Parts: sequence; C-alpha cells; structure tokens
Amino acid sequence: MTSSTGIVGFGACVPTFRIKAEEIARVWGEEPDRIIKGLGVKEKSVPGLDEDAASLAVEAARNSLSVANIEPSKLGAVYVGSESHPYAVKPTATIVAEAIGATPEVMAADLEFACKAGTAGIQIGMGLVASNMVEYALAIGTDTSQGRPGDALEYTASAGAAAFVIGRQKEQILAKLDATYSFTTDTPDFWRRQHAEFPSHGGRFTGEPAYFRHVMGATQGLFEKTGMTAADFDYFVFHQPNGKFPLEVAKKMGLDVEKVKPGLLTPMIGNTYSGASPLGLCAVLDIAKPGQRILLTSFGSGAGSDSFAIEATDVLPAARERAPHKLAWYMEHKKYLDYGLYVKHRRKLKSL
Amino acid sequence: MAENIAITWRRIPERYRLAGTQCTTCKTKFFPPRKFCTACRRKGKIESFSFSGKGKIYSFSGVHSAPAGLELEIPYVLAIVHLAEGPKVTAQIVDCTEDAVKIDAPVEFVFRKIRSDDPEGLIHYGYKFRLVK
Repeated sequence: MTSSTGIVGFGACVPTFRIKAEEIARVWGEEPDRIIKGLGVKEKSVPGLDEDAASLAVEAARNSLSVANIEPSKLGAVYVGSESHPYAVKPTATIVAEAIGATPEVMAADLEFACKAGTAGIQIGMGLVASNMVEYALAIGTDTSQGRPGDALEYTASAGAAAFVIGRQKEQILAKLDATYSFTTDTPDFWRRQHAEFPSHGGRFTGEPAYFRHVMGATQGLFEKTGMTAADFDYFVFHQPNGKFPLEVAKKMGLDVEKVKPGLLTPMIGNTYSGASPLGLCAVLDIAKPGQRILLTSFGSGAGSDSFAIEATDVLPAARERAPHKLAWYMEHKKYLDYGLYVKHRRKLKSL
Repeated sequence: MAENIAITWRRIPERYRLAGTQCTTCKTKFFPPRKFCTACRRKGKIESFSFSGKGKIYSFSGVHSAPAGLELEIPYVLAIVHLAEGPKVTAQIVDCTEDAVKIDAPVEFVFRKIRSDDPEGLIHYGYKFRLVK
C-alpha cells in the first residue's frame, strides 16, 4: 500500500530501572559471558512498581503530542497495541485517550499481536488518515513484558513504549509513510493462554520459521511492491527480540550492518515487545537528516511482520526538539536493581 | 479498601491530566477544581484550566510505614508540590529515594498507577511527580 500520510509526532518512554544480564545469570547459575554474547543483551529495563503498559503509553503519547504540536482534541483515533494490557477486559486506549485529553470525540481500541501490535496501529492510523475519516490518529506500542523465571526470555523481556501521531498535512509531516507491506501466516512460535502468567515459546522454532521468515518476507515484499532496493535506505530498523537477530537479518539479506545499529536498542534496554521496533524508529528519527530513508519491519509472534518505507522531511529537525524528553534521556537515566528487587518489581512471587 | 467507582470516575480529569479551574476575574487557579471563586465570590467567573505539570518541592517526607495497598512501595517520598500556576498538591515523588529530594527542587508531572484494588478490582491511575534532571 502506498500512502500520502506521515508521522507528525513521535514520542518514547522507557522506565528508569534496569537489571543486568549478569545479575540474572548469577541467580540461575549460567555463565554471564555466554548469555551476554549469545543473546547480545547486556541489560534490560524493568518497570517501576507503579508503572504498567498504560502509564508508559501515556508518557510516550504526551511526548509525541508535544512534537506534533497539535491540540489533543484533534486526534480522531487512539490505538494502543500491547501484549500486557493492564486489564483483560477494559481498554487501555480509553485510559490513554482520557489522560492526554483526546476524549470524548475519538475512536479508540486496544490491539494485540504479540510484538507487532504497535505497527498494526500505525497501519490502521494510516488508513483512517488517508481516507479522511480522521484528521490525526495516535498509534502506540507499549509493553511490560513477562519472562518466566529461569527462562531465556527473562534476560530480554523488558518494558517501554513508543507513540506516533499520524497526519496528512504536508507542512506538519516530519517523516513520510511512503508505503507499507505485511506478511502474515499462522505460525505458533510464542503464545500465552488466558490466565497464564508467563508466555510459552517454541525455543529454536521462534527463529527460522517465525522471526526470519516473516521479517525477511515483509522486507522483501516491500522492496518488490515499491520497486525500491536496500541501497535506497539509510537506516534499517527490525524487530529486536535480542541483540543478534536483527544483525543476522542484515547478513542474510546482504544489508549494511552499520545501517541497522542506530535503531538497535535491545542490547541496552532488552526487548520491549510492542515497543521494540517502534522505539528503534524513535532512535533513528532522533538522528535522521531530511531526505534520509528508513525501513522499519516489525515482527509479532503468531506470526506476522509489517514493513514500512519512511522518509524524513525538512520538518523533522525542528519538530524533534519539541519533545519534553527524547529517547536518549530515558536511555541515560537509569537505576540498577538486584535480582531480589527485580522479583518484587515484577511480582514474581505468588505472595506479591 | 476499594474506592467507590463513582468517586474514582468523577476525579479522572483532575487525576489523569491535572485538569483544574481558574477564575477569569482574578486569574486565581484552583486545584482540585473549584466551582466558586473564594476571592471574588459572586463576581467570580470559573472556567476550566489545564495545569502545565511543572512545579517545585514545597515540603516532603519519607514514608516508611505505608497505608494498605502501598506496602510494596516503601520507602517512598510524599511531597507537597507547589505548582507553577499557584496551587499546592500532595503527591508521590517517583523513581527516587528521600536523600535525592530537596526543598525547591523542580519537578514535573508523571502519569502513574496510584493503587489497584487487588486482585480483581479496579486500577486507579493519576498524577505523581518526578525530579527534573
């Protein structure tokens, strides 16, 4: 799908707390070096005791609205993608819409597609804006993801959110959403059943038939549909369940690994699930120059990928300075937890 | 103890986004919102007003013995925040310990979980503040 819409505002939020992979490895008797090298993750973010997917979404949304510099009441749609919505039944989107002052004249719904619910929201927003059904749409990817104690996921499952305001006024668009392409199949690589506290996954099965097939399928599909090639892009942002998969995609597809690194945050903050590739996009939008092109491909288990061709405009440099806090601020401000405090923060003991 | 649903719902605008009021006659700002200006009396005219969320620490205290529902959060900092537009509010200062907080330190609004009526009740959200670094 080609589009005349674009990003007019973007915002990030990552909690202050971190735990080092080394500390988790210590508890489970694993060799820290093997874990850090094997997963490519040094530390991950941990939500505060009073943070959840809704509060992270609100802060990211507030940042994105400052960049967009529009009245919140002009938002016609709010979509919140997450796999850790605070309620099983009761939307996160209403909490966010109310907190930013977008209610009551607004469409709102929660989305869920493992780690790609945020980019699914961007696509819905593009459709609503392009068809003139709304003036602006807000799409958010947010998560406080869960990893079973002792499981490999515990080293990566983290928390964060990214929000994007989508609009169509040319003079407001800071990055054009030129095209999007999705690649979706039913692939059971990762799931969490109703009432289950922790997700289950297919181990190695999450790699080749799941992550790589869909990420590469969507990226290749976008190239074919748009006639663009890898050489047309200055940055590549791929879903980042660990620090290694996105770099492997680059190698397999013959892409310049250096173009992947600026949007690769997992080594420092872990896998923020629905926030992961959207936060990678925020990192790139914070440094991109006008005219530079960004390719974004998300991945959600279950499984599917959304690919986007994005182009920074002249509006970007001034617009991004309006953010009360940029992503870099959240990356720099951190407090470390030991495993005991981490257990309390994530309420991993039954009695908590 | 669970807060009444109607009370929570009624306070959502003020708790979620610091929605208050002001008197257009004397420009006094009110938070929590008032429907009547105590200075201008019947000459006052009240309209809604959104606070910026910027403020300073007026006074603070470390809480080491928490009320029911907040036990996991101790030790935490509770402060009176002097909002830039005038009123003072009592709120938690997040992501820091007592020794980091100083009188007059600048703070900014954050949206956080206030409490949840466990295990199947409502989750209450609202304003807290963070030290500006």
